[in-house]
Amino acid sequence: MLFIENIVLALSALQVNKMRAFLTMTGIVIGIASVIAIVCIGNSLTASITTTMESMGANTIIVSIRERGGNEFDGGPRMPGISAATPEESDLLTDEDLETFIARFSDRIETISLSHGVGSGKAQEGRLYANVSVTGVNAGYAKANNLELLAGRFIAAKDIKGVKKVAVVSDRLINNIFSAGTDPLGREVKIYSDRIETYTIVGVYKYEASAFAPSSASEKDTLTHFYIPISLAKQDAVMKNYQVFTVITKTGVDAALFTREIEEYFAKVYENNAKWEAGVMNMESAISNMTSMLGTVSIAVAVIAAISLLVGGIGVMNIMLVSVTERTREIGTRKALGARSSYIKAQFIVEAVIICVIGGVIGIVLGLLLGALGANLLGFPATASPAVIAISVSVTILIGIFFGYYPANKAAKLDPIEALRYE
Amino acid sequence: MREIMIDIRNLVKKVFIGSPNELQILKNITMTVYKGEFVSIVGASGSGKTTLMNVIGVLDRPTSGEYLLDGKPMQKKSDNELSDIRNKKIGFVFQTFNLIPRNSALKNVELPMLYAGLNRQQRLQKAKELLELVGMLERMYHLPNELSGGEKQRVAISRALANDPAIILADEPTGALDSATGRVVMDLFHKVHETRGTTVVLVTHNHELAEETERIITLKDGSIVDEKTNPNYRTFTMKRGEMNAFH
Repeated sequence: MLFIENIVLALSALQVNKMRAFLTMTGIVIGIASVIAIVCIGNSLTASITTTMESMGANTIIVSIRERGGNEFDGGPRMPGISAATPEESDLLTDEDLETFIARFSDRIETISLSHGVGSGKAQEGRLYANVSVTGVNAGYAKANNLELLAGRFIAAKDIKGVKKVAVVSDRLINNIFSAGTDPLGREVKIYSDRIETYTIVGVYKYEASAFAPSSASEKDTLTHFYIPISLAKQDAVMKNYQVFTVITKTGVDAALFTREIEEYFAKVYENNAKWEAGVMNMESAISNMTSMLGTVSIAVAVIAAISLLVGGIGVMNIMLVSVTERTREIGTRKALGARSSYIKAQFIVEAVIICVIGGVIGIVLGLLLGALGANLLGFPATASPAVIAISVSVTILIGIFFGYYPANKAAKLDPIEALRYE
Repeated sequence: MREIMIDIRNLVKKVFIGSPNELQILKNITMTVYKGEFVSIVGASGSGKTTLMNVIGVLDRPTSGEYLLDGKPMQKKSDNELSDIRNKKIGFVFQTFNLIPRNSALKNVELPMLYAGLNRQQRLQKAKELLELVGMLERMYHLPNELSGGEKQRVAISRALANDPAIILADEPTGALDSATGRVVMDLFHKVHETRGTTVVLVTHNHELAEETERIITLKDGSIVDEKTNPNYRTFTMKRGEMNAFH
């Protein structure tokens, strides 16, 4: 009974000074909003990374040649554009190196995947067109990247050996430049870039938007991969050798263990290279790395939020002290009318808690909005779990009790005579 | 033999005890108020009358001496017990009304009943009865700052009556009012005293008002210097009776 009356009382007290109450809340609002937003974005990021990486599979190991002394996490490939130095052709892996490597571990390697980006261009058929990114690949590429073939076949060893002008294209491209019902296999397609090349379509794969390349463009303008034999792609390349390749292990192989063995193997290969070495990374460890990185970010945000909540709490305490002073006479009157000290204390604690909870609720709503916005930009809508929201509300209640206690106690301890005399 | 409501013996109240400014506000006060009596305590400002009223209202504890309220000693009561006594036995009326500014007249009257643990329905019913008694029922949803001084004091009187107290303690209840509205307020005290038999202690520096009460206790510098039964009291009530009949 008294509890409900206290809530009504607190709300009416806050209504008198709406602006002041609102300003007092801001610290709490910012603290809670930042926690909720980061949890939303973190959830979205985790979801997007794990789905993308899981689609590559845990049995995937990436080998990349990188500069020695790099401090990037756990042997991963260097982020493009970060490397200051460019390797010499002799620092990279040749076809022979790869063949020796495959032969050495033939019991565990199912295939390896190679790719070489040539550049973007436009596939044109009459007035119709499709944007493409021409990429040279080997036969293992489809397996490593989970490409789903809809028709025909993928780039095969014979295409690479013969440097044939064949291509595997996306269903989007087919839809964009051919009329419905046309059998694309065997058809020729012209690619316009800095020159015009003609390829014969031998296969069609299913296009899927990935988290790392969200399709913001319309269906018609979507850029899709246009796969050609890697030998063809390398013809005009400055670097004929390979900096990165992906290993697909046979099923049942312990990827983590195998990763270490490959590491040892390439350590020997690069023994005499002072500047370059091979970094070997397994998808599983990459995922756990990403997760721990997100964890670090979350801790940083949690610390910021904690500081903000602390400052907010002190603000609440400050305004409650002001409120106690302003209402000294009221407190004296209440005591004269028979209010016990505990009731006065409860009244002010409830008021502090209400300020904090209203701030918390505004913070949650704001955080969810910001989080949804951020998650949307990342392409994987995700929201904070109800548990996080429940914890946020509990935290605000605790802040209210903690920072409301001192002013409330001060009010409860007021001498009624002094309080009634207060002007 | 009349029953005793307030029994004060050798009561002393000092402030700033132990400091060089130690001050004895009440010096060896002994006084008695009977049940159902209308008593006034008069004296110049600084004579200690408000402090005496605070002690009677158990807002303040005496430094020494005995105080029995309705036969029960008050010295050893805990703070919570004193709160409950203020809540149920005593009704305060202040010079400055002291209504809670954010609460309507109705809510203000409900407040002591809320502390007494009455449920909403009981509070509402009783509060409306009391507001009707003081003629403020039509304005029960008004906030204090929407009421005139006299109206505020009428609300304050109905709030003081909320838990049917044994004593009404009124400290200069007309001090902030003009004589006409002061008259209305004084009539209310008489009405409450006569119809409900409530003991009323009126603290005032106004001798004219004191003349309306049964007994007048005069304080000076913390001591009782005069105490007399008012010979005019009967006449006064009769006159009031005639006036009421005339109206």
